[in-house]
Amino acid sequence: MNAIIEVKNLTKNFRDIKAVDNLSFTVEAGQVYGFLGQNGAGKSTTIRMLLTLIKPTSGEIELFGMNLYKNRKEILRQVGAIIERPDLYKYLTALENLRLFATMSGVKSSEKKLMEQLDMVGLAGRANSKVKTYSQGMKQRLGIATALVHDPGLIILDEPTNGLDPQGIADVRNLILLLSKERKKTLLISSHLLSEMELIADSMIIIDKGKKLVEGKVNELFDPAETIVELKTTDDAGTFEKLQQSPLKNFMHGRRNDCLLLKLHRNEVPSVMKELVQMDVSVISLHSKHSLEDYFLSLTTGSTHVEVAKN
Amino acid sequence: MWKLLRIELFKIFKRPRTYIAFGAIAAVVFLIQIALKYDGKSYIDLLLSNLSGSFEFSDEFKGKLLNGYLICFVILNTLLIQMPLLVALISGDSIAGEANMGTLRLSLTKPISRTEYMLVKFAASIIYTLALLLCMAALALFGSMLIFGTNDMVVMRSEGIEQIKSFDVLWRYFAAFGFAAVALTTVSALAFLLSVFAENSIGPIIATMSIVIVFTILSEMNIPIYDETVKPYLFTSHMVAWKGFFYVKADADGTTINGSIENFPAVMRSLGILVVYIVLFFGSAVWVFKKKDILT
Repeated sequence: MNAIIEVKNLTKNFRDIKAVDNLSFTVEAGQVYGFLGQNGAGKSTTIRMLLTLIKPTSGEIELFGMNLYKNRKEILRQVGAIIERPDLYKYLTALENLRLFATMSGVKSSEKKLMEQLDMVGLAGRANSKVKTYSQGMKQRLGIATALVHDPGLIILDEPTNGLDPQGIADVRNLILLLSKERKKTLLISSHLLSEMELIADSMIIIDKGKKLVEGKVNELFDPAETIVELKTTDDAGTFEKLQQSPLKNFMHGRRNDCLLLKLHRNEVPSVMKELVQMDVSVISLHSKHSLEDYFLSLTTGSTHVEVAKN
Repeated sequence: MWKLLRIELFKIFKRPRTYIAFGAIAAVVFLIQIALKYDGKSYIDLLLSNLSGSFEFSDEFKGKLLNGYLICFVILNTLLIQMPLLVALISGDSIAGEANMGTLRLSLTKPISRTEYMLVKFAASIIYTLALLLCMAALALFGSMLIFGTNDMVVMRSEGIEQIKSFDVLWRYFAAFGFAAVALTTVSALAFLLSVFAENSIGPIIATMSIVIVFTILSEMNIPIYDETVKPYLFTSHMVAWKGFFYVKADADGTTINGSIENFPAVMRSLGILVVYIVLFFGSAVWVFKKKDILT
């Protein structure tokens, strides 16, 4: 595997504020790389540095094995990006926007090819509509089309699901998977939604206050033994009592809102379900749910954001 | 570069607001022409009122004065004061408008250097300025020539009036429009520079106009201490030097010399100073923009 992005000791100061602090990471070819952190963690600043919009205070960035600032044009020809919102020229049509950014990217695309791009993001039917008439989801998809118009090897998407409804999020997720699995693109995707990243990313980095908290393969980062499962039943208090007097007592981890929290192996879920049925507990739902906030807390303090059950 | 310039021009001329300036110019020119067509005699009387004690003017002479060349001069005098606002509308929006729309960051992730980007943006602003000026020239000069016909042109000077022969006028207008193009480009460059610092276009447009208004007031003020210490350094003092093309030399008996310009070096000096301002404003804009972190 060869590195497509190699960031070494990257730091960015805005006067007294350290937005990015000695950050290093590597993205291999063909990966979907999740770049995670809460709002203000330094994700967008890092992405802007990768795209030469912001100059680093110190550190090195190599893309495609070349120094970014010495080979800027050559590198950017191979990069497609959306930064935060997909802001386009609202008074132009989707096709005009796409043609314009294709020309700026140094490629001459035929109308047929541009229509194929719009078709891929499901906008071929609205190619000649002005962007100001588009919904947020459509703008997001058009933004992705403009990022892909020159067929880049590396795609950088900053919070691509921000402001989208569940259907829009699913559409973007499917598009990312298509680009990764079928078109073999390398993707760097920033997000503050850990659950979303789990579904699409191969590897990820989590940063906080500009510093790396953790980096690695997704399936290695989330140890199945540590899974927290949310159990929702018709009688929360009654179930709590029953569980306290059953062998499942050892799995009890706490309560949150109207759910009970169990800590167990993923492969233990079926047997726990069976036990609950035998105990005549009416289960509404049982699923594991990560929250970035919880994960951060577990990384930094070793605790989770729950009320721990008392024995 | 040419492809990028075409994109910029496409973006400018696709926006409805671009045509407001052309509409405003057409409206002002048309209103002046209509007014002078129906009440030109009153205007000529007013124009000659200062001299009526010393000279006697026949109605035939007054009738000849009201021709296309004079009307164009009147329009130019009026519009060249207002045109900086129209130029600032586009140039002030050039970078700040892109930042405001969020398209600046997307454009700068493309394989284009920031210097190229600025050159293309500024070139597009200049082309817009020239298009505006051409529109004005066509309407004010050729429109007036068509409506009022041509004859000798009379120019009011503090020391009296001077008469330029009909055949000696047209080239002066071409030169004056060329000079006006440089003068307006100076305003465009100023608005462009201010645009780099802002994230919405209202700020640079208002700032440009404020600077032009304050500098124009200073240029026009008759305070001796300003004459040598301030006025020569204000670009607005030099923007009106286009009038120099209509001030002609006279021989010993007071007859104007065809093809002459009274103080050609002064006109050229003003032109040079304006060019220096353009280079200074644009150079500063590029320097600042190259160092700028794009946070919008």
